[in-house]
Amino acid sequence: MRRSSKKSSSSTAAATAGPTKAVSKETERIDQLFYTYADRASGMIDPEGIETFCSHLEVPHTDVRILMLAWKMGSEKQGYFTLDEWRTALKALRADSISKLKKTFPELVQEVMRPSNFLDFYTYAFRYCLTEDKKKCIEIPVACELLNLVLGLQFRPQVDKLINYLKYQSEYKVINMDQWMGFYRFCNEINFPSLDNYDSDLAWPLILDNFVEWLRENKS
Amino acid sequence: MATKQASTAGSGDADAAGQQQQRRKVIELEEGWKEMVVGCKKLERILAAEEGVGFSSVEYMHLYTTIYNMCTEKAPNNYSEQLYDRYPEVLEDYISKTVLPSIKEKHGEFLIRELDQRWKDHKIMVRWLSRFFHYLERVFIPRRRLPSLKETGWNCFRDLVFNAHKTTVTTIVTGMVDEEREGQIIDRTLLKNVLDIYVELGNDMKLYQEDFVVAFLKGTADYYSKKSQAWILEDTCPEYMMKAEEYLQKEKERVKHYLHSSTEEKLMEVAQRELLAKHTDQILKKLLFDDKVEDLSRMFRLFSRIDGLAPVSKVFKEHVNEQGMSLVQQAIDAAISKKSEKKDVVSMLELDFVRKILELHDKNYAYVTGCFQNHKEFHKALREAFEVVCSKDVAGCTSAELFASYCDSILRKGGIVKLSDEAIEENLDTVVKLITYIRDKDLFFEFHRLVKKLGRRLLFEKVGNEEHERSMLSKLKQNFGEQFTSKMEGMLTDITETKGEQCKYEAYIEAHLGSNPWVDLSVTVLRTGHWPTYRTCEINLPYEMAALLLLFNDSERLSYSEIVTQLKLTDDDTVRVLHSLSCAKYKILNKEPSNRTISPNDVFEFNSKFTDRMCRIKVQLPPSDEKKKVIDDVNTDRKFAIDASLVRIMKSRKISTHHNLVAECVEQLSRMFRPDVKMIKRRIEDLITREYLERDKDAVNSYRYLA
Repeated sequence: MRRSSKKSSSSTAAATAGPTKAVSKETERIDQLFYTYADRASGMIDPEGIETFCSHLEVPHTDVRILMLAWKMGSEKQGYFTLDEWRTALKALRADSISKLKKTFPELVQEVMRPSNFLDFYTYAFRYCLTEDKKKCIEIPVACELLNLVLGLQFRPQVDKLINYLKYQSEYKVINMDQWMGFYRFCNEINFPSLDNYDSDLAWPLILDNFVEWLRENKS
Repeated sequence: MATKQASTAGSGDADAAGQQQQRRKVIELEEGWKEMVVGCKKLERILAAEEGVGFSSVEYMHLYTTIYNMCTEKAPNNYSEQLYDRYPEVLEDYISKTVLPSIKEKHGEFLIRELDQRWKDHKIMVRWLSRFFHYLERVFIPRRRLPSLKETGWNCFRDLVFNAHKTTVTTIVTGMVDEEREGQIIDRTLLKNVLDIYVELGNDMKLYQEDFVVAFLKGTADYYSKKSQAWILEDTCPEYMMKAEEYLQKEKERVKHYLHSSTEEKLMEVAQRELLAKHTDQILKKLLFDDKVEDLSRMFRLFSRIDGLAPVSKVFKEHVNEQGMSLVQQAIDAAISKKSEKKDVVSMLELDFVRKILELHDKNYAYVTGCFQNHKEFHKALREAFEVVCSKDVAGCTSAELFASYCDSILRKGGIVKLSDEAIEENLDTVVKLITYIRDKDLFFEFHRLVKKLGRRLLFEKVGNEEHERSMLSKLKQNFGEQFTSKMEGMLTDITETKGEQCKYEAYIEAHLGSNPWVDLSVTVLRTGHWPTYRTCEINLPYEMAALLLLFNDSERLSYSEIVTQLKLTDDDTVRVLHSLSCAKYKILNKEPSNRTISPNDVFEFNSKFTDRMCRIKVQLPPSDEKKKVIDDVNTDRKFAIDASLVRIMKSRKISTHHNLVAECVEQLSRMFRPDVKMIKRRIEDLITREYLERDKDAVNSYRYLA
């Protein structure tokens, strides 16, 4: 388990405590909320805690909104929230209780979907899935899940086909960041399902060249 | 000439001066003119070639002076203008009374002969009259900027005589030219003189061009159009070419004889167009390439004049291609029909094919350097035709493999093909040329080095002549660079050095142990890196089989993965051996499951129940696919080559579009092989992962070099 490299909670609490009473009250409540889910020993919210947290929110922990929340937090390690990360998000969302937090979800989704933010979120999602062992790539099944989660709403047809292809092909066993970014560009730029503006002589990752070839073959 | 004496006397001498300065008598116009007419009449008689008629110097002076006086009087007795106006009238008079009638009554050649004569006369007449009327040129004409006497005089002839007859004259002249073309003798001097009239009378050649050349060229075009159509139907290609060359040469000479030199270019253009350009396709259709060097050379000469070599080289290319492809087809057909026991082994048939290809190349190369004067279009045509022919597989072998086999057979001692030293060198030269036509040259080099080729020749002492081996290597080095030949040179050196050492060793043994050593030892020292890996197993049970079976000494059952781990062979090799022991004719091992393919989940058990009627059985171990190995090795080398090329390019460019990077990479490597574009993309992605490159954030199709 990676140890949080952040400073200890108490010093940060002192540093970030606002001047007004209202603000400091809010901070207190946020911290308190944190500790209801955090593990005593590690001082972080661990996967179990997150599950509980999600059940209170009435949102499945595989929901994209949780990923968005993680992004808002700047959470570094999948499955764990540190106090700093927790504070960052909840402060920005002005939520110090479960009910308030629930209410902010639509706003959060809107914020993430803003074009200026979405690319950052998309990139974050990939990095979030990297582990100690796999520092540069994520495995195909994980990539498929992630694509579904992150791009599924906006680009359902492309994502469905792409997931099918990724599962079918055997040349690549993992996806790297370059390919991941390529998927996003593909969904945004290429006409679907006509694919008429796709040019394999350009710098598209080879996996997408193969994908397009496969699509074209299977159309007929 | 009466000279005017300037009065210098004073008033006292007025009388004397007046007497001295004798006012000459004023000549009235008609009076003076009468004198001139007399002179002109005499001139006419001279022109008519009357005997004994001529101008004495007194007569001449008189006429000159008459004009002079009339032109130097003060007004109103200065008759310059009138005289200037009357001067051409003299000529016009003579022309209408004498010249025109004489021409009118003649036809054809006689007409132009008459014209020629009359023109000569006219020039003489103008010359004389100009002398008489000369004084007009001194003052009157320059002052008024009028045409000179000569010009005026000549214009008379042009306007009254020449213009009236020029169309007829042109027709007659072109008619005579056609007669000459048909082989008749004509009066060339006459034609030259007549055409000179056009030149002399026309200002700046305008008359000549418009009134003669246009019609002449049209006539020429018509003539050759008819001729060429007739020839095309009747003649063979060589005959046609010969005639064309002959007639074109004659046209060129024609210019020298009577045409103006400026006509040459256009004339040749017209004639060549009609004879050659318009019939190119038909001529080329009739072209046969059967050894008529002279005809081909002629064709080349003629067509290079009209800049029409492209269609000729195209026909040549098609011809070479056709012959080459028919050889390929023959070889393919023969290979199918023969019994195919050893499909991988290159036999006499394929070697014969290579020999024929070499011959085809030599023959056509000779055409290119000879008849086609080494012209680059034809080199290109030959190259393109052979590139296609060499891209075809014959009997499952690429041409790379076939050429390597051929080299093997002529270099090896006791090979199927036996040639003299000179012939060997020539053959090798041609093979090297042919290699340049192969796209994937690196394949040739690998085959030449490995599979039954150089390596085995050296190891098993089957090198026919080391000189030839070295010569071949140096030819290859010259043409394709060092990278491929250095390994092979190393192999040769190893053997030479070894031989040297071996001799020393034997000498030593002899010296110390006498001529009966206990052990016959011969050693070959090979430097790794030069040599491919070999398994020289000639024993009945191949090494790998024995090793595998020995594993079962310790355990009756072994799984696939256990066997792989303990045996330390590649997966491919393990599969091969297991297959031969468990799925072939003799099941020495039992396999679970008992299907006929080896999979990683299989388990093997020693078959203790194995018996056979025979005491000795032969368990075949099918040879590993050497060819596949060569191809795999080449592919691995290619990956490295592509990586190196990409890094080199990006290092120097720092930033490049995808398209440019790929294009440059392909170009850099084209000397050795044609890289697959997909493979290049793969390597680029790999380099991105390894952080040699990155995608340019600002330009979506570009890459940046990461130092």
